[in-house]
Amino acid sequence: MTRTDPLDVPRPDAQLHLGVFFQGVNHWTIWSDQASGSQIDPASYRRVAQRAERGLFDAFFLGEGLRLREVDGRIHDLDIAGRPDAITQLAALAAVTERIGLVSTSNTTFNEPADLARRLSGLDLLSEGRAGWNVVTTDNAWTGANFRRGGYLDHADRYRRAEEFLTVARAIWDGWDDRAVSASSGAPAWAAPGGVRQVRHQGTQFDVNLVPTLPRSAQGHPVIFQAGDSGEGRDFAARNADVIFSAHGNDFDDALTFADDLRRRLRAVGRPDDDLRILPGTEIIIGATEEEALEKKRWIRLQQVTPATALGIAGLLWGLDLSDRDADGPLPEEDPVVAENDGSFGARRVADPRAVVAEWREKAQAHGWSLRETVIALGPQRGHVGTPAGLADKFAHYVRHGAVDGFNITPYLIPDGLDDIVDLLVPALQERGVYRTEYTGTTLRDHLGLREPLTHRSTTCRRQAG
Amino acid sequence: MSGPALRLAVELDGDGAHPAAWRRAAHAPDHLLTPRRLSRVAAAAENAGFTLITLEDGTLPPGATPDVVGRIGAVERAAFLAASTSVIGIAPVVPLTYAEPFHVSAQLASLDHISVGRAGWVVSEETRPEAARLWGRRLVDGAAARARESRDGIEVVRALWDSWEDDAVIRSVATSRYLDRERLHYVDFTGDTYAVKGPAIVPRPPQGQLVVLGRPDLVPAGHLDVGLVAGRDLAALEAAAAAAGTPRTFAEVEVALDTPDATAEERLADLERHAPWGDGGRLRHVGSAAGLAALLERLRGVVDGVRLHPLVVDEDLNVLSGLVLPHLFERRHAVRPLPGSSLRTQLGLERPANRYAAQRTQTTPATPIREETR
Repeated sequence: MTRTDPLDVPRPDAQLHLGVFFQGVNHWTIWSDQASGSQIDPASYRRVAQRAERGLFDAFFLGEGLRLREVDGRIHDLDIAGRPDAITQLAALAAVTERIGLVSTSNTTFNEPADLARRLSGLDLLSEGRAGWNVVTTDNAWTGANFRRGGYLDHADRYRRAEEFLTVARAIWDGWDDRAVSASSGAPAWAAPGGVRQVRHQGTQFDVNLVPTLPRSAQGHPVIFQAGDSGEGRDFAARNADVIFSAHGNDFDDALTFADDLRRRLRAVGRPDDDLRILPGTEIIIGATEEEALEKKRWIRLQQVTPATALGIAGLLWGLDLSDRDADGPLPEEDPVVAENDGSFGARRVADPRAVVAEWREKAQAHGWSLRETVIALGPQRGHVGTPAGLADKFAHYVRHGAVDGFNITPYLIPDGLDDIVDLLVPALQERGVYRTEYTGTTLRDHLGLREPLTHRSTTCRRQAG
Repeated sequence: MSGPALRLAVELDGDGAHPAAWRRAAHAPDHLLTPRRLSRVAAAAENAGFTLITLEDGTLPPGATPDVVGRIGAVERAAFLAASTSVIGIAPVVPLTYAEPFHVSAQLASLDHISVGRAGWVVSEETRPEAARLWGRRLVDGAAARARESRDGIEVVRALWDSWEDDAVIRSVATSRYLDRERLHYVDFTGDTYAVKGPAIVPRPPQGQLVVLGRPDLVPAGHLDVGLVAGRDLAALEAAAAAAGTPRTFAEVEVALDTPDATAEERLADLERHAPWGDGGRLRHVGSAAGLAALLERLRGVVDGVRLHPLVVDEDLNVLSGLVLPHLFERRHAVRPLPGSSLRTQLGLERPANRYAAQRTQTTPATPIREETR
């Protein structure tokens, strides 16, 4: 098998899945342009979700924030911020969409399983089987300062709690038989006797004993999403998730290596190796020609990385306040300060600032870049840039070779940032036979082509998977 | 007695106020939790001219066997209905006995954004001891402890709603700043059992503060916009309303009405064969539409509005919308909500100034912002 021969691909019939991530906090969503709309207006959410649905996307995602970002003890003021509670917003979108999946990022550290499982079940029922849950954990006491429990959990406990949380949530979701609720008001009871079970769970993290309040949805229970790049995160996904988000979607070889690794981990826990959908997050920039697309990318990067943002990013790297420097001038001459705790939360920290700064200096000098140009050129290289036809060919190659199952797109403009993708890229993908021409199912699980929930499978399979 | 026209609210949880209401519902039990049924009932209430829908809740199933009934979370139902209605106010019941005030604040603020200023909040208590284990928390034991959790929780939730000033998002292209951090505030709440830092994640709700409803005997009146007052007879209700001390009062009225097919007494007797309709100390009208209209007319001047608890939603809502409300509107004993108005406006309540903005302008005069903003 050669990976370049189009006639000999591992997955000739593979289909690309698309999601849209309506971001709440980051500098990639451009807010300064005239076309940029409100980040909080319900119309923005409706518009993006309905546009994605017109483009036959699998899912609409919302992130979660539990504390505003800070840099050096001050609230970060350069990027978009302020967003609705995810499940609440998605419940509203359930009323104005018909097919698209609605995925909430919800934290296992500062929620309780019975409450969150119930909220997610509600979303699943209101959307008639379109809910998803992106399972995340929180790692700092800084976030804990907003909650009754306060404090934080160390790394190992965070995952232990997350896994047990999921076990309890699934037990609650499975607490009602599929036809537990009577189909006639003349029935002797609202729910069939024995159809609703007490859930008892006693573990190291949770001690739960309750009667669940809700039946299963059309898709059984919400689809489980997880993002995790560490070995531990990947194992967690292999044991528990239906879909994994990744940061491995920009480079084919990197994406394939990640996918192969996950398939190995799936087999190791006794799951079929096509049991998990891999959806890297990405930005997609489209032009009528390659040159136009590149020109658009340059414009977008300059909008995203303003002089102040460039100085902010460099400041985090150097460990210094650089806000009074000239972003269009040379790199700071000082050496980076490596602080134990730089007082920055929710912002990206750098593992080895000295090495990164050395590399930045070398490249900036070689190319004659300003600080801002350096931040743009050497910052995270995200996304795919090209013509609709070129991108469709590339994505068909990715998905047919099993490097990805699709992409979770982060539009750089709200609310119209999906228009190009829906109007131009989607038809090109359809022409190549790698994208649906209509929804064939009604649930998120249907769209993703997933098997039934892990807990509904045969006991043998469940034991292996557990 | 006469007074200003009443505002009308209706409680629409499940199939009705009676624990066995599902037996008389116009749909099969397995349709109760469908979005179609939910939006159909809300549309009926909106078209009838109600000002407000409330949605009861609790994290445990509402009934005992055989009347155990499923219940979708009130905030999720409210958000769904906010997107499928356009005029009516929507207030979910959210108890603070165990819930995280930070989450509650975010959920309710989001509901106000989603409904463009039509959201309210009925504060209640979680009294069943089993709820503590469900929340993984120690039992909040006794009325005083529950009242403390409600009081502290409302204080936090309200402070978080103010933690973004109305104009905190400045989008200043000239300075590259999306936010003005001077207009964001740590709430730094410290109560008896927990502390909350802030600021909120959700920008200030369109109404500034949602309309907060609750029982003045359980929640300090200073935290409530609308006191939900009850009494078994008019005299008791009048006394409760007079003692409420809240900006507005709504009377709790349970109703079972005559329908073309059966009298109210027959309908009630039918359900009482299965389970008793517990006495919640509320005024109860069992009888004709005309009788209810007359009763409500007498409440003008006593209270600012009423919250009706229909015996069976599918049956009583029809009679309310067909006979009772038109009668009240015609005689101007009650008013319909105006399209495009916030729930606060419908109730004649001011949009509150932001507490932190008020402090800030008192201490340091704000620098006028002259830069290009969008």
